[in-house]
Amino acid sequence: MDLPLSSDRTWRVDEFDSGKALAHAAKQAKQRNYDQFPIIDVDSHHYELESFNEILEYMPDPVLKQLAKMANSGNSKGVGVMPGGVGYQDMGGRAIRYPLRRIEKTEPGVHRDVSLTRRWMDVMGIDIAVLFPSPMLQLGLHPQVEAEVSLATAYNRWLSERVLAEESRIRSMIYLPFNDPDASYRMVKEFAGKKGVCGFMITSVRFRPVHHNSYMKVYSAIEETGLPLAFHAGYNWGEQSMGMMNKFIAVHALGFVWYNMVHMTNWVLNAMPERFPKLKVIWIESGLAWLPFMIQRLDNEYMMRSSECPGLKKLPGEYITDMFYTSQPMEIPRDMSLLESTFKCIKAESQLLYSSDYPHWDFDLPSTIYDLPFLKEKAKRDILGGNAVKLFNLDIGAGKRTKVA
Amino acid sequence: MAEVFVAKFAEFPDGERKIVQHGAHDIGVFHWEGQFYAYANVCLHQGGPACEGLIMHQVEDVIGPDKTLVGQKFSDTQVNFVCPWHGYEYDMKTGECVPDRRLRLKKYNVVRRGDDVFVSI
Repeated sequence: MDLPLSSDRTWRVDEFDSGKALAHAAKQAKQRNYDQFPIIDVDSHHYELESFNEILEYMPDPVLKQLAKMANSGNSKGVGVMPGGVGYQDMGGRAIRYPLRRIEKTEPGVHRDVSLTRRWMDVMGIDIAVLFPSPMLQLGLHPQVEAEVSLATAYNRWLSERVLAEESRIRSMIYLPFNDPDASYRMVKEFAGKKGVCGFMITSVRFRPVHHNSYMKVYSAIEETGLPLAFHAGYNWGEQSMGMMNKFIAVHALGFVWYNMVHMTNWVLNAMPERFPKLKVIWIESGLAWLPFMIQRLDNEYMMRSSECPGLKKLPGEYITDMFYTSQPMEIPRDMSLLESTFKCIKAESQLLYSSDYPHWDFDLPSTIYDLPFLKEKAKRDILGGNAVKLFNLDIGAGKRTKVA
Repeated sequence: MAEVFVAKFAEFPDGERKIVQHGAHDIGVFHWEGQFYAYANVCLHQGGPACEGLIMHQVEDVIGPDKTLVGQKFSDTQVNFVCPWHGYEYDMKTGECVPDRRLRLKKYNVVRRGDDVFVSI
């Protein structure tokens, strides 16, 4: 294919192999002996629209299904069905795997998502990856609640049957159609205990308060499963405040934190950790720098306005440091003492979970954790895998490279 | 100082790049507007193949005399090569990391001997 470049030039590329493109990652894995300990990637992605025709076959509503299949029958995958829109994740093709993904060949007889996921996991040294969708991270913006429910149902069933059932190294946290609390509850009941299901996930880009009474039965149901609840961040250039920004870097930098800040504030100040003390909560893909801000800000105001939050039995920040966080996109400051302080502030050695976010543009390799100068070997290994093994209760065998059966 | 063969000059047209691996050395060699440039093919960010991505002219803002933004354009003079992993951009002529020129890739000398192009390591 011909990639359009600056000054009307083009670059002809005839083949692409993501494994070869990650050859330097394979070197890092060998140099750092990743085969000696488990590495669990708690946030990675696939592009579900590549399998959209398969997914739509699982839609339970026949009318919505026909609408979606027709809308997806032309060249415009998902247009007219999926919300979302402007965003330049590929950086004008600078993250070259975006445009070239469409010409990457996979092994015959294996689902494309399984084949591609195994490929990057193997070269990076990842033992188990928790896989999430990509465009569907904005499905919470769908104006039709019933469409979110139907598409989420289809995606979850497809993922369970076509991907998770085929490869034990791939896990997922099930998409909850959160605009419909009853449907979210049913989703927990349907998928808890199914192969590869390691939790439940709320896409953060939406406008529903997480403390609303209608969700209590959902959280109770998840708490009963013993599996974690995750909030996966995202961006929404269509929101009015984001609409003031003219660059994707701004929308991404703020958007991926903003929605999780709102949900976390509501979650903590409404004492959800007290109401669901056994429910483990993970905040995904907001990086780490927001957390010292949240802890300081909420603690300071709580000391003056605790009467507004009578359900709390300790400082907001103490609830925040009891929760779990995925590492990517981990901000690397010029002054590394800031990052070291952040790690200390959030109790990273027990609460932080490595995540790559691969193949997205700002992915982090395991070396982003392993090479941190202020961590000891045990802390590196716990963040890269040990903490996730405990959180998800993973059976990983005797500590060498683990291929979970 | 050893010289490692890169390519025959005739097989290395302007605008192309070659990747040379020799022992522990992983080097990207560019032929751009009549000049050769060679840099370590290891990104200063996360170790990606810095020399194997797009070659793009620097994006520039066009500011009017009244300080208003007129638009954007590609530079007529500065060209960058881009690490394909995360988009770190390096100045073709210096190997400096464009967003922070205090950072730069290790540079290698390129020599042409007759019809052959070599890189010194």
